[in-house]
Amino acid sequence: MRAKGALAAVGRCQLAGLLAVAVSAVGSLVVLALLLLPVGAGFRLLVPAATALRRLSDRSRARAARWTGVRISAPEPFAGDPSWSRRRRAGAILADEGFWRDLAWAWLEPWAGGVLVAIPLMFLWYGAFGTLVQPFVWRYLGDGNWYAFVPVHSTPTMLAALALGVGFLVAGVVMAPRILSLHGRWTRLLLSVPRRTELTRRIAHLTDTRAQALDVQAAELRRIERDLHDGAQARLVALGMTLDSATRVLDSDPAAARRLLAEVGETTARALEDLRTLVHGINPPVLADRGLGDAVRSLALDSFLDVHVDVRLAGRLPAPVESAAYFAVGETLANAAKHAGAREVGIVLDHDGRTLRVSVTDDGRGGADPAKGTGLRGLQRRLETFDGVLTLHSPPGGPTTAIMEIPCVLSSPKTSSC
Amino acid sequence: MRVVLAEDLFLLRDGLTRTLREHGCEVVASVDNGPSLLRALLQDEPDVAVVDVRLPPTYTDEGLRAAIEARRRRPGLPILVLSQYVDQLYANELLAAGDGAVGYLLKDRVTNTEQFVDAVRRVAAGGTVMDPQVIAKLLSRSQARGMIGSLTPRELDVLEMMAEGRSNVAIAAALHFSESAVAKHTASIFGKLRITPSTDDNRRVLAVLAYLKR
Repeated sequence: MRAKGALAAVGRCQLAGLLAVAVSAVGSLVVLALLLLPVGAGFRLLVPAATALRRLSDRSRARAARWTGVRISAPEPFAGDPSWSRRRRAGAILADEGFWRDLAWAWLEPWAGGVLVAIPLMFLWYGAFGTLVQPFVWRYLGDGNWYAFVPVHSTPTMLAALALGVGFLVAGVVMAPRILSLHGRWTRLLLSVPRRTELTRRIAHLTDTRAQALDVQAAELRRIERDLHDGAQARLVALGMTLDSATRVLDSDPAAARRLLAEVGETTARALEDLRTLVHGINPPVLADRGLGDAVRSLALDSFLDVHVDVRLAGRLPAPVESAAYFAVGETLANAAKHAGAREVGIVLDHDGRTLRVSVTDDGRGGADPAKGTGLRGLQRRLETFDGVLTLHSPPGGPTTAIMEIPCVLSSPKTSSC
Repeated sequence: MRVVLAEDLFLLRDGLTRTLREHGCEVVASVDNGPSLLRALLQDEPDVAVVDVRLPPTYTDEGLRAAIEARRRRPGLPILVLSQYVDQLYANELLAAGDGAVGYLLKDRVTNTEQFVDAVRRVAAGGTVMDPQVIAKLLSRSQARGMIGSLTPRELDVLEMMAEGRSNVAIAAALHFSESAVAKHTASIFGKLRITPSTDDNRRVLAVLAYLKR
């Protein structure tokens, strides 16, 4: 596995080196456009050249994330659309901070990034020459034949060169992943939006999700108030009235009084049932008692589907996260039963030290799309309050996998008191 | 009959104590928290314990865990667990902690004194008592999965009461059948569901529950 990763890193270094050349070519085009601005022709060239450069930098950011896990915040796309005049669009591009960062990157990438990724490649190619070519050609090369610091003119020196070549090969392969991650960080240094912009975005996101969370909470309180008013409260009023009637007929008609009292018993039972349902909707008791793992197991037991639950959590999560994840799983299960026509569902709960990961896979017909279903979008919005993400893989014909990730801490398990 | 009672709300504890005494039970210990409950269960040697799931100090499932722990140390110790809500997960845990002498009921059921005391006696005698709500959920799940589609409505009623842990006599009384009619229905149910019939009441409940939980 590690060897495979190292070899992949070698290939990626090679690719990054070639891309650095492409980047510098496009960068030159942009500079040409800038130089031509005074004579007017530059306006024609600047928009496509800058857009091409932005596409390259966007891909570079995406690659850094994919290859090395380095997340780089992207700048906003250029302002304007094709209906704008060329001058106006070019002006917008020149005023764009991201454009100048792209340009600086385009000029530095070949010299710094390109050279960086070339280091393991040099070791590899030179190592390959030493192991695969030298042993066969040294006889024909005569006296001046050196391999690194070894003069190759006899079989023992050839073997030394061979060993050295193998060493270079290994060094190149071992180095490649580290160099690649260094390259990722270098790319972030050049291509990430400034901290200030990142923070502004973060604040906008938080303001947005906070407003949503407050809306959800207010709606929830309204629902609880309405449920209490229409349910338990109404039943208690009815109870009082029935008791009053029973008291009045107690002496004159004991049989009727007994009937009314039996009614009181039934109404009490129903009021209790109402309250139980309400409490379950606010804070499911198993969730409060045992945490997310057992609460999801309980959901699985109540489901009509065959649900397999795999809990890999060694502790409790923060209560709001538990609650959000619980209701999200409940909704996903309901979707699997209702819309996907699934029979079997697999649920995995996992925490990697930073993020809770819940994956729900069903064998239904697939084709779920958050853009179409309001339920999925609502789920996505509720997870956003916790900086959570919902990823959905649902090809037509299934299977559907919903992955919910919420960053949070995992506290150590409470010690039992009995 | 010697009873240990665990309930943290004073009013309910008081009411339950009175109810049990009126029906000839001796309440040897009434406690209001998990650790004292475990001590009472292991030291006072009760014939049966009536235990609320939610108890101090954690106010979570303290009572349930104490009950399971006590049954682990004293296999077969009869315990009736009461709860403000019933959950299949907890029902399964109780059932898994030994065969029989166990009950799981909604707290609401204590308002019907006769039935409640009857449940206490059945548990004390080694039977299994499950709340109708647990069984109703199990049945609707089995129905949706097409596991009991071949039963007649009458047989479904009988199955439901069997799963709650009632004897043929009790089922006959509740459904206004003769006892022999109940026996006929149960035989038919066992035939259709391919459950091995058992004359022992408790074995029968466990077999039915095991089938429904599939």
